[in-house]
Amino acid sequence: MSAQVLTVTSGKGGVGKTTVTANLASALAMLGKRVTAIDGDIGLRNLDVVMGLENRIVYDLVDVVEGRCRLRQAMIKDKRQAELYLIPAAQTRDKTAVSPSDMVLICDQLREEMDYIVIDSPAGIERGFRNAVAPADKVLIVTNPEVSAVRDADRIIGLIEAEEKGPGQLILNRVKPAMVSRGDMLSVEDVLDILAVELLGVIPEDERILVASNQGLPLVMHGVNGASAGEAFRNVARRLEGEDVPFLELVQKQTFMSRLKSFMGGNS
Amino acid sequence: MSWLDRLLGKNETSGQTAKQRLQMVLIHDRADLPPGLLEVIKDDIIAVIAKHTAIDTAKVEVHLEQDTNENRLVAEIPLLTARARKNGAGGK
Repeated sequence: MSAQVLTVTSGKGGVGKTTVTANLASALAMLGKRVTAIDGDIGLRNLDVVMGLENRIVYDLVDVVEGRCRLRQAMIKDKRQAELYLIPAAQTRDKTAVSPSDMVLICDQLREEMDYIVIDSPAGIERGFRNAVAPADKVLIVTNPEVSAVRDADRIIGLIEAEEKGPGQLILNRVKPAMVSRGDMLSVEDVLDILAVELLGVIPEDERILVASNQGLPLVMHGVNGASAGEAFRNVARRLEGEDVPFLELVQKQTFMSRLKSFMGGNS
Repeated sequence: MSWLDRLLGKNETSGQTAKQRLQMVLIHDRADLPPGLLEVIKDDIIAVIAKHTAIDTAKVEVHLEQDTNENRLVAEIPLLTARARKNGAGGK
């Protein structure tokens, strides 16, 4: 069996690519899959801290590319999951230290031993993005329900189609159900209308994401008690595994009273 | 938005505004049109048509519209009536 390469990208920075990568890789590993996460953001590495593996880095992606170590030596094993690994980015180099064909080569070496390779792309549409997308079997586009993020997502969708990596699947991150209910945030349907792309996941805004990254323990590993963003990430992993999982009901169905209340109050 | 605005059906929500603005921006992005191009097209159209008939140049409008699966360039070019022409309005 050969691994599937998933590239997580967005165009715009700060929409949650690294959080999505960490949680998705963890959730897939929790389903018993063999997973390697690769930080593609050379010069600005972050996936290591979000996954809580920053103290165990010896070698990085650029060391592999430049032949200073074997691929296996750069793979940090996550002790909390049986088969979860991280290949960190170099912190002191820039994107030109790696080429798209290097990335294809590294992923090809990993394919036989893994079920999934999840690549965290840097923001932007330049070299780092092209490196991250080159080996992709599937591109996951992360966006927020916000005009600038959706605009960039549209640009990315165009670019991955041009690279024949399309059509890509969408993860809508940081949705605030209360704001959607009162009409002050683009809804899932609005975003899908605009981008015309297949939906893979809807992740609600959740304070526990920040707590999880403070601790270096991805939210999906925090257990199952009502973690709504964690639940949403686990659902994304199951959908990737081919399961038909319904999307979480985020926006409360409105009763007559709640409708009246929000009508009179305006902001509730 | 206040309940009174809602009652009167005024003011779209900011979410609706966001959607409409995005749709307009993306028409331009997807068609890869440089900013200012519509103005240039408008001036050229005015020059061509004004050679043949009098038009109200101040009211010429060129904009993009999006249909379900195509973008359309729409030009509105009001012709001047004989009376307006006599009074010297518009035209070059």
